[in-house]
Amino acid sequence: MLRTRIIPTLLLRNESLIKTVRFGKFSYVGDPANTVRIFNELEVDELLFLDVTATVEGRKPNLKVLAEIADECFMPLGYGGGIRSFEDAQIILKLGFEKVVVNTRALEEPSFITRLSEHFGSQAIIVSIDVKRGLFWGDQVRSRAGGKNARRSPVEWAREVERLGAGEILLTSIDREGTWEGFDLDLVRSVSEAVRIPVIANGGAGKVEHIGQAVKEGCASAVALGSMVVFQRKGMGVLVNFPEESELRRILA
Amino acid sequence: MITIVDYGMGNLGSIQNMFKRIGLASLVTGEPAKVAEARKILLPGVGAFDNAMQRIEASGLRGILDRKALVERVPVLGICLGMQLLTRSSEEGVLPGLGWIAAATRRLPAREGLKVPHMGWNAVDQVRSDALTRDLPGEPRFYFVHSYCVSVDDPADSLLRTTYGITFDAAIRRGNIFGAQFHPEKSHRFGMQLLANFGRL
Repeated sequence: MLRTRIIPTLLLRNESLIKTVRFGKFSYVGDPANTVRIFNELEVDELLFLDVTATVEGRKPNLKVLAEIADECFMPLGYGGGIRSFEDAQIILKLGFEKVVVNTRALEEPSFITRLSEHFGSQAIIVSIDVKRGLFWGDQVRSRAGGKNARRSPVEWAREVERLGAGEILLTSIDREGTWEGFDLDLVRSVSEAVRIPVIANGGAGKVEHIGQAVKEGCASAVALGSMVVFQRKGMGVLVNFPEESELRRILA
Repeated sequence: MITIVDYGMGNLGSIQNMFKRIGLASLVTGEPAKVAEARKILLPGVGAFDNAMQRIEASGLRGILDRKALVERVPVLGICLGMQLLTRSSEEGVLPGLGWIAAATRRLPAREGLKVPHMGWNAVDQVRSDALTRDLPGEPRFYFVHSYCVSVDDPADSLLRTTYGITFDAAIRRGNIFGAQFHPEKSHRFGMQLLANFGRL
């Protein structure tokens, strides 16, 4: 049977691993290479890396850090952050990552998704959709690490990226990110039901029960974990960890 | 020395990383003269079937690969699309495959609740013991990403099988020709064991 993918999603700020709360309030977690070594030993399903300040700081992906990660990891790897050109994507895939994650660039120029997908295959292209709940307009998609309102509805944009050739969607609730309060299940369900490609639920996981909810109630194909896998508990120190296999089996059964 | 054939498609960096970790020498090359000297060949591949066959033909590698596989009979391991290329044909394309093993590649059927591609970690069942799949850790699982799957004509050529809607061949062998539908280079110690086994053949 196919396992539900549980994906530690690690945030980079150039050479450091960090963690955020609602896309702000940065705290330092550690060194990426050391951390991935632990996840490698824990035999996690897959890893995603997002350099959350690359776009806003006008940086290119840090290829040195990514090469170190790829050398250490024997699991599927994805990277996002500052991918602006075809060549950016190509070099990352060549390092040994199999998926690239695009967000801001795709919103500016949706045909970028198609260009990448036609060349590398849709399985290599994840479109990241960051969503913030608006006071009057409902859920709205944001680009530039949450900084810019793209004035699109998540469901409508999700359908469009699927049509343009995206292989997966990383769906993040900005309001839940880093809060440990659980996923925005309404958001996860509305997007999962709108598309046929896999949707990775992100933002809010604080305990294993949340994983079960995202899959069973939210109909997510995969689940991303952030704070939960780098901190001991909410408000506590850094501890790289991953839920026990038996616990995951119980939750997903 | 394992020669990883570079015909412009596939995740060559990861495969080389894993061989490095295992301690096996490998060479990535697309030069016909170097492939002609290979003692063991790994045929990677990610992408579309016809595109891959066209590139193999256009690069001048086809004749050399045929000779290595069928006359010199060096061990050849096809991974993912590389395994599908070993078969006679694929529903993904119109061009014939390499045809080194009696098998065909079909589209994974769309089933309710099952997304295509089949992407993620799946368990495998060992059909028979073989040098390629020897000493796999308990409850072996591998990372798959594919929309097409292989069925061998002769069940004796199947080593591992996996179920996703239908049951298909996840690893195959006939003589010196081996194939793995999953990505061993992305499958932790399970894949490491399989690639180490191939290296020891």
